[in-house]
Amino acid sequence: MMRHIISILMENEAGALSRVSGLFSARGYNIESLTVAPTETPSLSRLTLVTRGSDEIIEQIIKQLNKLIDVVKLSDLTEGAHIERELMLIKVKAVGGDARDEVKRLSEIFRGHILDVTKTSYTMELTGTAEKLDAFIEAMQDGTILEVARTGVSGVMRGEKGLQLNN
Amino acid sequence: MELSGAEIFIRCLKEEKVEYLFGYPGGAVLNLYDALEQQEDIKHILVRHEQAATHAADGYARATGKPGVVLVTSGPGATNAVTGIATAYMDSIPMVVFTGQVFTSLIGNDAFQEVDSIGITRPCVKHNFMVKDVKDLAETIKKAFYIATTGRPGPVVIDIPKDITADKALFDYPENISIRSYNPVVKGHAGQIKRAVEMILNSRRPIIYSGGGVVLDGASAELTEFVQTLNFPITSTMMGLGAYPATDKQFLGMLGMHGTYEANMAMHECDLLIAIGARFDDRVTGKIEKFCPTAKIIHIDIDPASISKNVKVDVPIVGSVGNVLKEMFKLLSVIERTPDEQALSDWWDKIEGWRKVECLKFDTCAKKIKPQAVVQTLYDVTKGSAYVTTDVGQHQMWAAQFYKFDKPHRWITSGGLGTMGFGLPAAMGAQLAHPDETVAVVTGEGSIQMCIQELSTCLQYGLPIKIVNLNNGFLGMVRQWQEFFYEKRYAMSYMESLPDFVKLAESYGHVGIRIDKPEDVKSAMEEAMKLKDRLVFLDFHTDPTENVYPMIPAGAGLNEMLLV
Repeated sequence: MMRHIISILMENEAGALSRVSGLFSARGYNIESLTVAPTETPSLSRLTLVTRGSDEIIEQIIKQLNKLIDVVKLSDLTEGAHIERELMLIKVKAVGGDARDEVKRLSEIFRGHILDVTKTSYTMELTGTAEKLDAFIEAMQDGTILEVARTGVSGVMRGEKGLQLNN
Repeated sequence: MELSGAEIFIRCLKEEKVEYLFGYPGGAVLNLYDALEQQEDIKHILVRHEQAATHAADGYARATGKPGVVLVTSGPGATNAVTGIATAYMDSIPMVVFTGQVFTSLIGNDAFQEVDSIGITRPCVKHNFMVKDVKDLAETIKKAFYIATTGRPGPVVIDIPKDITADKALFDYPENISIRSYNPVVKGHAGQIKRAVEMILNSRRPIIYSGGGVVLDGASAELTEFVQTLNFPITSTMMGLGAYPATDKQFLGMLGMHGTYEANMAMHECDLLIAIGARFDDRVTGKIEKFCPTAKIIHIDIDPASISKNVKVDVPIVGSVGNVLKEMFKLLSVIERTPDEQALSDWWDKIEGWRKVECLKFDTCAKKIKPQAVVQTLYDVTKGSAYVTTDVGQHQMWAAQFYKFDKPHRWITSGGLGTMGFGLPAAMGAQLAHPDETVAVVTGEGSIQMCIQELSTCLQYGLPIKIVNLNNGFLGMVRQWQEFFYEKRYAMSYMESLPDFVKLAESYGHVGIRIDKPEDVKSAMEEAMKLKDRLVFLDFHTDPTENVYPMIPAGAGLNEMLLV
């Protein structure tokens, strides 16, 4: 069950997202994360999703996605060299000098930014691969996490080539 | 000059040369109906239930190859149409369905007769649209017909809010349309075709497995030429019947769960399987692990997602089947080689041996009417040239087994979804498309009652359909499974309180005939055919214990058939 990041250029139209998500639920494919926003071309949205499956299942997912009329183009980023990033906002309890120092130190190690500070909490911003964000959550003391908001994975291919309309 | 949305709708249908519109009026589509009333080119067929509108349009599409067109109102009009839309979707039938919608300003307010038609139909359409501006209406309709009829065909829904039908815009129907995200591949990959031809030449025990895609692509001539030149055996899915002449000696009959012994055995023992416009449905393959264990597989299909979905294939070829067959044929004719003749001759000997089993034989001297005999008589009396629609169950299988279709588009059945209630309305569509041809519905007393109200539509439009009701008082296929696999516990498979179908037909203004004895089957059928301008309901009381054979039980391979 390999993890795949599939990036999709699709018509920026009402209902396009539900066609993609509906396809996954109707055919029993899983979605680990999903993120969508318009691109530099206003008529196009880019949707990136993370899914897991055998080679056969991923092949079917890609074929079925390509069949959707709103899908213009797609690519399985994990097939080649690619960059993957996800953004996380995480709020943790931070009371007492030692605890506050520890959170700050860890945030620095993970190259996070502290966005909001109160007497009892820190809110940080971290970006990285999903794996890195998981590791940060893992590194937090048990019971100290108050809130986690992750964007889901976005990604592009390395180098000049990419998911564009005309290539 | 600016036209109203309703007028634009009419103009678009005229541009698409729509002959019949199957529908039912209601609040949200009153403007459309008002515009329809003021023209004569498009004939509206008023059904008695929206499900029948979609099935009738579907039957029309299957009988002609042209898209079926439907108009229903919002809310329950749309939900009633869903079964027919899903039926068309599963069998890849081109169809454009217009659903009315509440005023744009009311959408999302739980307004009267509001339903999220786009959301409800999304998983069972090729695509759907909601028109939110009258200026987009014409282009949307153009796109809908284009999408429905190209590539792998399918139903497209257009949801039109009521205000859009009153709003005005200039009418401009685009001559051509291109959709950047939709470019079906028609031409097969030359390298793949070459590989396939090489495999064909090296095969020793080949078989062709053709499906509904051949009918949909109008590629019967190409298929027949290809098969006959190679002298290969051919079997067909239920959906593909008629694409290759069933009376030809190379045809082994239908394959799959109720397929013939020779077809299924040849599938099991072949060394090359050439799948053409078929999709390896579970009713065809049986247990996947046991499917064609010694075969290399070539698969030609217009839909890449159908390839290697259920069964991994060796040479996939994406393209229209007609086009690919032509290319393969061309290549075969320039290559000097042919497949090993001795091997092919041995293969045919083996197949002839399987044929001798006569898997479709039934008791022809029985005291009760055998349903198989009724279908066989229908075949004889209509000389094999009728348009035959069916419902779903035992009668459907017997019709597939015993009515030998030599031409495409004459066999009209709900294969993928298996929709009871399909037969009668589908026959209406076929009869409207071919007013001078015989259209017969092979059905059962369970199925026919699911859209029985359409007898009224048939009277209104004078449709002289012949209904062949195989009345055994049971939901036969359910009963058969219960007999085989549920220790004869016949839960709810017995149809009590059946109506008197003769009186029922008469009350709708038609002719009804009840037949109880085997010796009366033929004369009743002939009498029905003589009544050229009347609908005749033939109520055959058949042997309730009869089962459909051969049968492949769930989990078994194609070579593990139950025979009589």
